[in-house]
Amino acid sequence: MAATPKNRSWFMASNPFKMSPMWKLISYFILGIWTTIVLFPLYWLFITAFKKPIDVQAGPRYLPFIDFQPTLDTWNDLLFQQGNFVLRPYTNTIIIGIVSAILALIIGTAASYALNRFTYRPKPGLIGVFILCIVLMVVLIGVGLPWFAAVAVGLGIFFLLAQTIGKRFKGTMGNSDIAFWLISQRMLPPIAVIIPIYVMFQQASLLNTHVGVIIAYTSVNLPLVIWFMRDYFNSIPIELEESAFIDGASRYTVLWRIVLPLAMPGLIATFLIVLVFAWNEYTLALFLTGAETQTMPLLVAAQNATRGPQWWNISVLVTLMIAPIVVLAIFLERYIAKGILVGAVKG
Amino acid sequence: MQQAEDKRLTDVISVPRRAERRSIGAILDAASPNVLLLPAVVIVLVLSLFPLIVSLYLSLSRFQFVRGGFQITFIGFRNYEKLLFGSEQRHFLGKLGVIEPIWLVLLAVLGVSMAVMFFQYATSSRMKPFGLIMRVITVALTAAFALLMASTLSGEGLPGTIVVTLIFVFGSVTLQYFIGLGLALLLSQNLPGKRFFRIAFLLPMMITPVGIGFLFKMLTNTTQGPFAPLWIALGLIDYSWVQDAGTARLAVIIGDVWQWTPFMFIILLAALEGVSRETVEAGLVDGANRTQLFRFILLPEIVPVSTTLILIRLIEAFKIVDMPNILTGGGPGTATESVTLHAYNNWRALDLGLSSALSYLLLFTVTFVAMVFVNFVRHRAIEAVG
Repeated sequence: MAATPKNRSWFMASNPFKMSPMWKLISYFILGIWTTIVLFPLYWLFITAFKKPIDVQAGPRYLPFIDFQPTLDTWNDLLFQQGNFVLRPYTNTIIIGIVSAILALIIGTAASYALNRFTYRPKPGLIGVFILCIVLMVVLIGVGLPWFAAVAVGLGIFFLLAQTIGKRFKGTMGNSDIAFWLISQRMLPPIAVIIPIYVMFQQASLLNTHVGVIIAYTSVNLPLVIWFMRDYFNSIPIELEESAFIDGASRYTVLWRIVLPLAMPGLIATFLIVLVFAWNEYTLALFLTGAETQTMPLLVAAQNATRGPQWWNISVLVTLMIAPIVVLAIFLERYIAKGILVGAVKG
Repeated sequence: MQQAEDKRLTDVISVPRRAERRSIGAILDAASPNVLLLPAVVIVLVLSLFPLIVSLYLSLSRFQFVRGGFQITFIGFRNYEKLLFGSEQRHFLGKLGVIEPIWLVLLAVLGVSMAVMFFQYATSSRMKPFGLIMRVITVALTAAFALLMASTLSGEGLPGTIVVTLIFVFGSVTLQYFIGLGLALLLSQNLPGKRFFRIAFLLPMMITPVGIGFLFKMLTNTTQGPFAPLWIALGLIDYSWVQDAGTARLAVIIGDVWQWTPFMFIILLAALEGVSRETVEAGLVDGANRTQLFRFILLPEIVPVSTTLILIRLIEAFKIVDMPNILTGGGPGTATESVTLHAYNNWRALDLGLSSALSYLLLFTVTFVAMVFVNFVRHRAIEAVG
């Protein structure tokens, strides 16, 4: 992509680099309308967090100090009166979000770099055998064999067949097939895989632990990282790396010292997106967490009590949830768009 | 992490001599393709492929709780049969009605255009048996989906969860794209205060879908919400939008558009800003007018990005669940119940077999729509603007 100069105001005005005042006014007017559409719900959320229940129920009250008296009652109640009610889910969300985003970023970046710089030739025969063996394992578990016996039988047969049939077929698959397979995992509705994951985690005692949720989120977010980073690496000239190899640097040194610093904007953007996904995720959390590992989206959903939704609580909780993300987004905003874009163009 | 572990392993195996150590570094370096890629592949294998196969098995069985555990009985395609032809047909596919004339016209247009495209391919020199078979399948499935939509949406018909999901997906993705594109075009001008708009427009993407569901429930409340005076002024105080299928669906789509327009906007804006001033100036020097600038400089830049963006949003939008679940609870009746919500409700009723079968049918639909989009829209659009 060519260099990007500052002024791009060209496609609306008759002289593309100068706008008529009239057109400027219209632009601001339309942008203003959408700003209102975006900000008004957030404003409503924010003021509801400072209302008394009675002010919410009595009908709409728009302006603090004028038609209702703002109060910190709900904040006080949620944060201090109820002990760990909010604090624990909040720390859980922070820990799970940040750790899983970093893990997904590390593993995914490594994989997408590898997919970009090496040629893989997965053998269709081996893959077929592998899938057959998993099917066999599932059937054996279904029949009633203990899971470790089934896994052992499956692995045994896999190695046996891999040596015989696996190498027969000539491979016609390549990197793009691996990438597509990884990406296609995003097409699954979480509900399709949650039942087996639940049983698996139960067997491995990972239910209601931070580690379990972190593993699940990492795997869900991996394809996104690979997708976004893959073509970002494509845009980094390979010559830079080659000269480092001539100087005797190893692949890991090159990746760490040369490629990753160059890919920083992409890494930051991807990190933010993956963090937001993990931060806000609801369905997986619903199944995999318990009282100790509950995350914020679950707590928000839980405010829909039998007495009707507790608007004031919901408002406080959502405000708490978005505050750190918004601060992060303001700092990282300049990287976001460019970071995603490079991946999207060729993705 | 993986790297450190490999290092430790090789340390244990090797005899610690200087010359050996160098070669270990070399071995590790030579193994770097696998060291870098395998962790990701293993994680995805264990947490996606394995569960996917288990789910497939579950979708072919009946799941029951018995004393001391659960029992899984293999019942073949009984779950799918139930959804497509049996007692759940009305819930999943919908109630078929007599197709109205307007739909007949649309169907005819679709049918004729598909037939023309098909015969063009079948008689052309590019024709291959495999391509022909794929096209026959595509045409048949598209016709089936179109017929289903037409007949459940007209007259006596009632759309089932699959049709509702398709309405959500196409409605919200179309709106998101065009609003996002419009805003990106406006902001790619050299306007003061650009950064403020950019950050403000990004905000909805940062909120948890559950929170947005509640937020819109709060806003659309006809007695406590901010628009209550408006409802009263319009005399709609006794009218509940939740009770009407059309408005309930519209509310869900508006919520989804509000949340995901930023995604379209931010990436399209970046794509537009990638169009360099030099290119435009060169076009001006060559005497291009505005239409030509748009056609030959702007369009080739944004069409590839747009198709990828739409594909991503299509895939994600099919999984919509939080918004209808919280905003409308899937109601009135099943008017706003998406397939994922349908599967989720069956999960809660512990009918895991039916829930898995639903997930698989959704997966099938998503794959079909995504493939049609890639093969018939994306490639053509990119070639057309080339």
